[in-house]
Amino acid sequence: MLKNLKKFDVNRLEILDTKGNYDKKLMPKLNNNDVKKLYESMILTRIFDRKALNLQRQGRLGTYASMEGQEATIIGSSYALEKEDWLFPCFRENGALILRGQPMHELLMYWAGDERGMNVPKNINNFPIAIPVATQILHAVGVGMAAKIKSHKTCSLVYFGDGATSEGDFHEGLNMAGVYKAPVVFICQNNQWAISVPRDKQTSSETLAQKAVAYGINGIQVDGNDIFAVYKATKDALDSARKGQGPTLIECETYRINDHTTSDDAKKYRDLKEVEEWKKKDPIVRLWNYMKKKKLWSKDYETKLISKLTKDVEDAVKKAESMPKPKPEDMFKYVYKNMTERQKKELGELNG
Amino acid sequence: MAKLNLVEAINLGLRQEMNRDKNIVILGEDVGKDGGVFRVTDGLQKLYGEKRVFDSPLCESGIVGTSIGMAVYGLRPVCEIQFDGFIMPGFDQIITHAARIRNRSRGRFNVPLVIRCPHGGGIKALEHHSDCPEVLFSHIPGLKVVIPSGPYDAKGLLASAIRDDDPVLFFEPKKIYRSIREEVPEKEYIIPIGKAKILQEGNDITIISYGAIIHKVKEAVDKINDVSCEIIDLRTISPLDEETIIESVKKTGRALIVHEAPRMFGAGAEISALINENALLNLEAPIERVTGYDVVVPLPKLEDYHIPSVDRIINGIKKVINFS
Repeated sequence: MLKNLKKFDVNRLEILDTKGNYDKKLMPKLNNNDVKKLYESMILTRIFDRKALNLQRQGRLGTYASMEGQEATIIGSSYALEKEDWLFPCFRENGALILRGQPMHELLMYWAGDERGMNVPKNINNFPIAIPVATQILHAVGVGMAAKIKSHKTCSLVYFGDGATSEGDFHEGLNMAGVYKAPVVFICQNNQWAISVPRDKQTSSETLAQKAVAYGINGIQVDGNDIFAVYKATKDALDSARKGQGPTLIECETYRINDHTTSDDAKKYRDLKEVEEWKKKDPIVRLWNYMKKKKLWSKDYETKLISKLTKDVEDAVKKAESMPKPKPEDMFKYVYKNMTERQKKELGELNG
Repeated sequence: MAKLNLVEAINLGLRQEMNRDKNIVILGEDVGKDGGVFRVTDGLQKLYGEKRVFDSPLCESGIVGTSIGMAVYGLRPVCEIQFDGFIMPGFDQIITHAARIRNRSRGRFNVPLVIRCPHGGGIKALEHHSDCPEVLFSHIPGLKVVIPSGPYDAKGLLASAIRDDDPVLFFEPKKIYRSIREEVPEKEYIIPIGKAKILQEGNDITIISYGAIIHKVKEAVDKINDVSCEIIDLRTISPLDEETIIESVKKTGRALIVHEAPRMFGAGAEISALINENALLNLEAPIERVTGYDVVVPLPKLEDYHIPSVDRIINGIKKVINFS
């Protein structure tokens, strides 16, 4: 006898199409100010990103990972968070960190190689950028577990890429979150490429969202260039987590328009036609189309907005670059709460 | 005062700390109902409930990684890795994150985490159940590494480790989990991390050691009547109590280092370099090391050849003393 024990569905959420039409039934509760804030945050993300790439080319920043094309995933998800919630970035979410209040000049300092830039202000529960792949997933689960132990309503949200779903920590994280019903939202930014390895070579699963099924947690795929879909999926996941209904994996299907980082050359392994196709699905243009239809957009609004945000970014660059260099003793100051005797001697040597 | 073994002393220490601070939680494989495979956490789930003492799935990276998250959020997790040889899946989280988060965030976040783990051989166990991985961690800035050699020290050091605001690897020599008893006060006392203990004062040679092997060092010293030995129990491998080592060697002029872990790049190498840098002109003989061999830890049939024996330690002492 062969009995079927389990069948499963994988759902995909789409609300806003490329022309700006939207699904009224699925549309999340967002007022005009919310929509504008989403738009402005995506624009700021792109201005910041392009500026950072420019600065890197001029030798004013170190290696940098571009966010272009992924703004809806980054902003739509982080906008759904409450202030007390915790955010765990990987390294392609500057826009989310800025939206949550992290100063832009500090992020620029970080990307320029100054660790003071990752001293996140005390009132913002953003964790430092994590360069290793998938490892931060477990920290987010730990925060969720701790919040639950303390009976707080706090949730945590963690970002990672499609490549991260092949790492052990992804699986341990989802599994543990499932076991403890931890209030965690897993945002997989499936941008189709893990440096040079395409999504279909990362796993033979048809979707990344279905990986949730094996861990007994909720999973959904969303159009990651559709900011309403990303926002709704994240908001629903957070609401459900806060009610004690456990974690959710959200696969946001999007695309990395630029190279993996400034040290990479995607032309070596990727067809430009594919990039051009995805540019047509630009998340910002999509929301712009919607706003035009809703009369939330005007040329004057756009001009003023771009000019203000450009100035904000330029000011941040100036501020970052006018900071005095960090002191060599900073290397020793934060390894332990108190320096060891040996570190004190080494610091003495350094200072001559 | 009760005479406790190492398991009972650590259990008592955990209870003392959990009563003091409700942010302390215990997690790990089989630590709940089962009380751990060595019973170190026995009865704690019953006392403190499943919210504070809970079993984890079988995932060392997950145990350490989620403990980091919990620690950052404000809890003080004491997680258990079931065996020394099984710590490796958690290695990445320990090295890559636990050790670095304070630095990475310039002090905004810290990781008050204790990772408890049985340590070393001598119990005739399976492969991966008898390793001495301490220097893999003591090489890493941002971590502290503690190895008590008996029940009294274990309770005091554990309290320090739990109260420390940085991650501490707390290795428990499993060979002596139940083999020795000491008087262990019920009341609170603290043994600071980073302070070695002079177990026995002497003038002819300094013997530096730590963990279970200390007991063989004592046995060896007891068998040699005509040499005045000073025995230092490091208790903490990182940060090393450099002053106690240097001062002692300056006095005796001779040094022997004994550890169970392999010699190559072991704690003995660091201690030897430290003595050379600070007390070379006081030395009357080359520094000697008696250690585990540079081999894969053997299964039980050959284990006793690997772990330094009392005879090897006696020979080491004689070699240093008789040098001319």
